[in-house]
Amino acid sequence: MTDSKYFTTTKKGEIFELKAELNSDKKEKKKEAVKKVIASMTVGKDVSALFPDVVNCMQTDNLELKKLVYLYLMNYAKSQPDMAIMAVNTFVKDCEDPNPLIRALAVRTMGCIRVDKITEYLCEPLRKCLKDEDPYVRKTAAVCVAKLHDINAQLVEDQGFLDTLKDLISDSNPMVVANAVAALSEIAESHPSSNLLDLNPQSINKLLTALNECTEWGQIFILDCLANYTPKDDREAQSICERVTPRLSHANSAVVLSAVKVLMKFMEMLSKDLDYYGTLLKKLAPPLVTLLSAEPELQYVALRNINLIVQKRPEILKHEMKVFFVKYNDPIYVKLEKLDIMIRLASQANIAQVLAELKEYATEVDVDFVRKAVRAIGRCAIKVEQSAERCVSTLLDLIQTKVNYVVQEAIVVIKDIFRKYPNKYESVIATLCENLDSLDEPEARAAMIWIVGEYAERIDNADELLESFLEGFHDESTQVQLQLLTAIVKLFLKKPTETQELVQQVLSLATQDSDNPDLRDRGYIYWRLLSTDPVAAKEVVLAEKPLISEETDLIEPTLLDELICYIGTLASVYHKPPSAFVEGGRGVVHKSLPPRTASNESTESPETAPAGAPSGEQPDVIPTQGDLLGDLLNLDLGPPVSGPPLATSSVQMGAVDLLGGGLDSLMGDEPEGIGGPNFVAPPAAAVPANLGATMGSGLSDLFDLTSGVGTLSGSYVAPKAVWLPAMKAKGLEISGTFTRQVGSISMDLQLTNKALQVMTDFAIQFNRNSFGLAPAAPLQVHAPLSPNQTVEISLPLNTVGSVMKMEPLNNLQVAVKNNIDVFYFSTLYPLHILFVEDGKMDRQMFLATWKDIPNENEAQFQIRDCPLNAEAGRPGGNKNAGSTGEWAHKALFILFAPR
Amino acid sequence: MIHSLFLINSSGDIFLEKHWKSVVSRSVCDYFFEAQERATEAENVPPVIPTPHHYLLSVYRHKIFFVAVIQTEVPPLFVIEFLHRVVDTFQDYFGVCSEPVIKDNVVVVYEVLEEMLDNGFPLATESNILKELIKPPTILRTVVNRSTNVGDQLPTGQLSVVPWRRTGVKYTNNEAYFDVIEEIDAIIDKSGSTITAEIQGVIDACVKLTGMPDLTLSFMNPRLLDDVSFHPCVRFKRWESERILSFIPPDGNFRLLSYHVSAQNLVAIPVYVKHNISFRDSSSLGRFEITVGPKQTMGKTIEGVIVTSQMPKGVLNMSLTPSQGTHTFDPVTKMLSWDVGKINPQKLPSLKGTMSLQAGASKPDENPTINLHFKIQQLAISGLKVNRLDMYGEKYKPFKGIKYMTKAGKFQVRT
Repeated sequence: MTDSKYFTTTKKGEIFELKAELNSDKKEKKKEAVKKVIASMTVGKDVSALFPDVVNCMQTDNLELKKLVYLYLMNYAKSQPDMAIMAVNTFVKDCEDPNPLIRALAVRTMGCIRVDKITEYLCEPLRKCLKDEDPYVRKTAAVCVAKLHDINAQLVEDQGFLDTLKDLISDSNPMVVANAVAALSEIAESHPSSNLLDLNPQSINKLLTALNECTEWGQIFILDCLANYTPKDDREAQSICERVTPRLSHANSAVVLSAVKVLMKFMEMLSKDLDYYGTLLKKLAPPLVTLLSAEPELQYVALRNINLIVQKRPEILKHEMKVFFVKYNDPIYVKLEKLDIMIRLASQANIAQVLAELKEYATEVDVDFVRKAVRAIGRCAIKVEQSAERCVSTLLDLIQTKVNYVVQEAIVVIKDIFRKYPNKYESVIATLCENLDSLDEPEARAAMIWIVGEYAERIDNADELLESFLEGFHDESTQVQLQLLTAIVKLFLKKPTETQELVQQVLSLATQDSDNPDLRDRGYIYWRLLSTDPVAAKEVVLAEKPLISEETDLIEPTLLDELICYIGTLASVYHKPPSAFVEGGRGVVHKSLPPRTASNESTESPETAPAGAPSGEQPDVIPTQGDLLGDLLNLDLGPPVSGPPLATSSVQMGAVDLLGGGLDSLMGDEPEGIGGPNFVAPPAAAVPANLGATMGSGLSDLFDLTSGVGTLSGSYVAPKAVWLPAMKAKGLEISGTFTRQVGSISMDLQLTNKALQVMTDFAIQFNRNSFGLAPAAPLQVHAPLSPNQTVEISLPLNTVGSVMKMEPLNNLQVAVKNNIDVFYFSTLYPLHILFVEDGKMDRQMFLATWKDIPNENEAQFQIRDCPLNAEAGRPGGNKNAGSTGEWAHKALFILFAPR
Repeated sequence: MIHSLFLINSSGDIFLEKHWKSVVSRSVCDYFFEAQERATEAENVPPVIPTPHHYLLSVYRHKIFFVAVIQTEVPPLFVIEFLHRVVDTFQDYFGVCSEPVIKDNVVVVYEVLEEMLDNGFPLATESNILKELIKPPTILRTVVNRSTNVGDQLPTGQLSVVPWRRTGVKYTNNEAYFDVIEEIDAIIDKSGSTITAEIQGVIDACVKLTGMPDLTLSFMNPRLLDDVSFHPCVRFKRWESERILSFIPPDGNFRLLSYHVSAQNLVAIPVYVKHNISFRDSSSLGRFEITVGPKQTMGKTIEGVIVTSQMPKGVLNMSLTPSQGTHTFDPVTKMLSWDVGKINPQKLPSLKGTMSLQAGASKPDENPTINLHFKIQQLAISGLKVNRLDMYGEKYKPFKGIKYMTKAGKFQVRT
């Protein structure tokens, strides 16, 4: 005699039978029938055909029957909107019922009927219920506003329900307040811009009062809402913290975590010298630890959050290492998280304990966990220098177990240890080499190859070892192939005599037989490096490597600060800001920690920097990401170029150029190709780089008044850069540069015909430009340019053309015409071509000229990183520095070097 | 907030679904099944699973997955806590929480779920209130199957300042019982020294008192309790200032307090395990011997001792003789279980014998971990003691009782 009888269907005309029962006169029978209908509905059967019959049962005094019918209505109103209107009347009536339970139930159910037509009828009853004398009805109505907003947002706004809801925040009943906050928060989520929850000290006070008296769920809503508030000063922050702290002792873990969020956020505003700050830190640890004794699912979420908290404020849990020790029957997802936090908490004080644990874990059954444990040992070695030796010997012990995956993981982490502590533990290489054959995972193979290549000079049979890998070169994964290529090149540079053949072999394998562009490109780079300048190659390939950073996979500080504001939410579980995964980016507002605004003026400015952000980071330390490939590229090509960004290059040319010209020349001259100058320095980069160089050298030249004039004839000439790629100009490729030869400026052009037809009738024209540069003679191409032919032309220029200021100043727009079409391109010319050689000027004369320049023409800006020698600014007198050329009268003043 | 709830049994059937907002198709559970397949064991299914449009948060209890579907950013702990509350409520209503029982009481289940959430917002999760709204099935009512199980009164407690207690409670025998139960979680290493040990304690109460009693409970040594979580009824202010628990209790069973005594305070370990488990390389036999004995028990008897251990895969069978109790070894799951019973300090229980290993295989890499269960009556191992219980606000004299017990939680001995 249980409810299961409702599920038994023996007869075929089930719906028909139910219909008859629903229309029965007997109340009991009716109720039984409705129960059967509900039961069918819950198991997914379609009983929507019974809609009118069920709705007929709605007008009843029997509360249970009413509820059942409501349940049915909520489920099927959507599919039967016309029928659902029949129910409206009853709802309206029920909203006036003397029993508040009925009123609340009616307003609750109404909101669940997701039919547009009905919603209009619901506004009046809802308005009444929002002002009901019974708080139970009011709190139900508050939620109903959120429901209605979900169905028809416009309607809710038009009817002014949002304001009513805001008023409910000041309700006398804490439960009503909590629900109003919850409803507003949900509505606000779909309206990120609207300031629904504009919190002020008064409303905060109301919320804090309600916080103590409402249900656990209400407390979560209120706490989450509080976390969005930014207190105006540290006193307010402290007083809020004081009132939130008791929530840390709540039995509901969600309340605890939400309270932790509020405290973590507002703590940011408190001064660290404050006694209260220390007290608060102490209070935060026990509840976090307690979360770990809860059910595994709760533990998991807690651990993900603790991971963030530990990164932000490691001092909170630094003494609690032991609670993160793994129990063998923890679910795997808990184990992995605990391990992660253990490493974060590892320090010199507890490293012995941690290592003993990790070693224990490395003998467990679960493969994933064992791997991570082995990796953790390596991370400890890198993090805590004093333990490195211990870690290495532990890893060696593990390698001795010969368990395949343990050995492979160990080798991967030993590679990292080598990178952190070079020339310290190389004695273990022999042991590693013994296990060479058992490695079958790409990462481990790549790591081993790296080790062999890096320490080739200490491994007698390094060439044999690498050669053995080379046999199956094409079956290896890219990671291994790239590594093998680099390792053999290193080996060659270290032992050139006996490995020439090997390096040839690998280069040809990489460049000729591979489809992988990365591999091919790296092959070419090495090939050209080696054939151009072996000494330079050595400097590049065997350059001193930057050390890897201590703390691995730390979350970037700004992201971490944002995530701290999202403690306890999904974002904190994924360690991603909500914008990264919340559907459609709807309602995403970036949150940030409040700045510390002390009410009592504190002068210690360095202290105000966000705490926890690693400030003393060494610039040459790169973090180890899992991405071996990226790392090694960085490594082998030396530290990243710290020159000026390339953004100054001409807008039109930049990107296209790199692809067009760069690739062309890369692909064009195949194997024997010793990369031309434009290979080493990509064309787009050449322009600004030259500019920089010119500034430097040109400047010192100009100011170097003691040295003779006229020596500038051999002034700097930038290598030719591709100005107009062939693909943009129907086969005509133009590269060129500017020169200044004894007082005359010229533009050296190289025209290449890459099309299949002959080109004739060349002509050139410049657009107006800043210094009036113009061709002094027509473009002379004597013979027609046949396919694949190149001519070099020097076009003399003068500066008598019309002037128009360009952006940037040295921008030159050029049109070139031939028999096919007219092509346009723009380029930047180095300024030094404009400087006259006889720039020597009498001191008086200089000052006079200087004064002649109207003040409005004077602009000041700073040139950074400009290598000026001490002499540089001398003649400039109190105006620091100046330089006037033949263009000075054009009143464009460009150099103003600071002392 | 919470969109929908699916209940899924261990064979992967969705046997109940409940939607609080618009209906979410069952097919969303396919993502869950995928994750379930990837995780080898049911316990290892990750609690948070992202899908293209929803997030699935699940808990696994009583061999049932409770899968909640959410669509917007919701605190996951909120959802998981709520799911636990659902499980607890079912257990409270039906005695056990299992698939057949839920199916048998499906109407009540639906009504309860409907009351627990409104539009995804928690509505009534206190079992006191729920039971007033929807009466739990009783034998009488199932037999007669007449009377309604829906209350027709507004639950009075819901609006008072003490929402956890209904008004007008009447008992002929007024009694208040408190159970102090402590669980020791510990990891002991090979040599017998403690790696970590902590105590999870709770005070469960069963209070059946007439009217609106106001109780205070004080301890002999309250300083032990520095990490506590209280039932909402406890007045936090008085605890902060006077270290006494002052509260108006809910009616019936409830958890008054849970606390945590951390590893930093020295935790007494009441048992020790001597073990000698050895595999030899080449040989297909291994030796196995364990002895269990009492350590710091404050003179109490250790009872209900059960030793379990997951043996390495290479172990084919075990032939063991216990000095007391019974033991089993499952050659498929490799689980050894020894039900010891009481420990008699004069004659320590031991289990000795041999293990037969796979011939020719090298010795197993991993060492088995020994799991220990035990109970000690009339002892709270942390030393916590209740001083006195006073009642104000009512005139009658209640019957008071307090009981202590210590249990093993996750008590593991590594070998």
